[in-house]
Amino acid sequence: MQKKLWINLALLLVIPGLLFIVSCGKKVIKSEPSIIQTPEDEKAIQAKEAAEKARKEAIARQQARAIEEERLVEERQLNRERAAKREIMAARQRFENEDINFEFDSSRLLPVAREILKKKAKWLRNNPMVTVIIEGHCDERGTNEYNLALGDRRANSAKSFLINLGIAELRLTTISYGEERPLDPGHNKQAWRKNRRVHFVIK
Amino acid sequence: MLKYYKTICLIAITSFIFGSALCRAEYDYINISDPFLRKIPIAIPLLKVVSGTQIEESVAENASDLLSETLEFTGYFKILDRSAFLIEPQSDTIAANINFRNWTYVGAELLITSSILIKDDLLEMEFRLYDTFKEQLLTGKRYKGWINNQRKMVRRFCSEIIYYLTGNRGIFESKIAFVSTGSGNKEIYTCEFDGYNPMRLTNNKSINLFPAWSSDAKWIAYTSYAKGNPDLYIKHLKEKRGAVVARKGINITPAWAPGKFELAATLSFSGDQEIYLLTGTGKIIKRLTNKWGIDVSPTWSPDGKKIAFVSNRSGTPQIYIKDLDSGLVKRLTFQGQYNTQPGWSPRDDRIVYCSGENGHFNIYTIGIDGKNLVQLTDNEGNNESPSWSLDGSLIAFSSTRDGPSRIYITTAYGADQRRLLVLPGEQTNPKWSP
Repeated sequence: MQKKLWINLALLLVIPGLLFIVSCGKKVIKSEPSIIQTPEDEKAIQAKEAAEKARKEAIARQQARAIEEERLVEERQLNRERAAKREIMAARQRFENEDINFEFDSSRLLPVAREILKKKAKWLRNNPMVTVIIEGHCDERGTNEYNLALGDRRANSAKSFLINLGIAELRLTTISYGEERPLDPGHNKQAWRKNRRVHFVIK
Repeated sequence: MLKYYKTICLIAITSFIFGSALCRAEYDYINISDPFLRKIPIAIPLLKVVSGTQIEESVAENASDLLSETLEFTGYFKILDRSAFLIEPQSDTIAANINFRNWTYVGAELLITSSILIKDDLLEMEFRLYDTFKEQLLTGKRYKGWINNQRKMVRRFCSEIIYYLTGNRGIFESKIAFVSTGSGNKEIYTCEFDGYNPMRLTNNKSINLFPAWSSDAKWIAYTSYAKGNPDLYIKHLKEKRGAVVARKGINITPAWAPGKFELAATLSFSGDQEIYLLTGTGKIIKRLTNKWGIDVSPTWSPDGKKIAFVSNRSGTPQIYIKDLDSGLVKRLTFQGQYNTQPGWSPRDDRIVYCSGENGHFNIYTIGIDGKNLVQLTDNEGNNESPSWSLDGSLIAFSSTRDGPSRIYITTAYGADQRRLLVLPGEQTNPKWSP
């Protein structure tokens, strides 16, 4: 009878104890890492990580800087090339767009025209592969037969001047449009001044 | 083929002259070299319809109007108003029945009576020209052909009238070539002498200039940029034949030598603009001018022994005459700083040209001897490119008097200036055919 009482008592103690152990079990497992790491360790790791990160960042920054520098160099190079190209194009356009003008009923080269032609000759020397068409034009005043002949003379004046400056005759062809292709369709002095011209076209 | 047949038919049946007037008048009714020409008042009543059908009446009215317009075009006549006539217009057509006093009373010195008969598609027209004061039949003609030949028939009779009155055949078979921008480009067109039936000759969408007729009117030469450069094209009008002069520089201002298959033109392949004589196939026969500077726009004397041309050898463009046998060159124009576009009169007495002064361009004529300068246009716009009619009675020219450049006709003395035709765009460079 006594023995049975002890057993019951023991059970009475053990079962809640067991229950307690079971309910605490998870907690123990959960707190396991904190049991391994000490606060000192954590600091060291963090410092190490920070150092690593800083190093990487520094490298990345360095690389970025290098890339940027390279890019800048390239860009400057490109810009230089572009500018050079632009300059070449501008020179080419200037060559084509800068007409020489004449007085009414005249194919005589004016001083301004001579200066422009000297620039053109220089350009032609720098661009030896280029051949050009020299167009002679007149203003609308006068009759178109005579103006066609006058345009021919104007183109020939410009051509002879360039040949005298050493440009090969083979590179220069002339055509007269007389009064047939005015640059400015107006019927006034300004338009006429513009239309009495020799115009250059690169072939 | 059909057209060819029609023409043959018309020619075959027409030439029936009647009345006493088989030979020309003993004196000239019209003195063509009189600058103060008095216009002859002429009465042209409506054509008398024979069968009276509606189509006959409408053709009659058209033909009467055409007859009036065509005669008026010559500048020789004053066409009297039909509404002022005293008699029923179609009443009397036979000389015996004509009461000439009815006509002299309204001021007519000449009278044309006419009749028309249409059977199926065949048209028969009869015309008679009377002197109302002498009460005499001057000339008469009967024509037969297809209905659509009425224009040709009327023209033929007008030609008879002019031949009878002036001694030359007149202009009624002639054409005018010109440049028009109607298509957006300068292309060459032709039309009949009165502006009727304009037709495009070139179609190359470039610049085409300076048409010139050969003496037989079968060929036209002109300058075209069709291949880029101003080249000279020589073209048969009906057959696919021709040549191109495409030398370096300009190949411009062709002028056919009278009665020959040769032409003068300005070429600049030598570096200088000179006038050359070319064959009709475009080969150089010889050089006609030889002077540093511009030499352009040749025009032949009717005997082919001289040319007039434009040269700037004196510093400004002036007109010169060169005797091709002796080689002598003489300056013709001294008045003005810009004298170009000479045209030698078919009558061999005067040269027409365009002169620019103070920004105005006008048409002048001057004697071959450099005397007797006459101004034909008076600062109404710019007046350029004069061209004689084959009989020397009229001059075609271009003018900007109404804004855009159009073609006008004037008599050789500057009278009766009128617009030739209405076309879109601007018209320049008229050239009258022989």
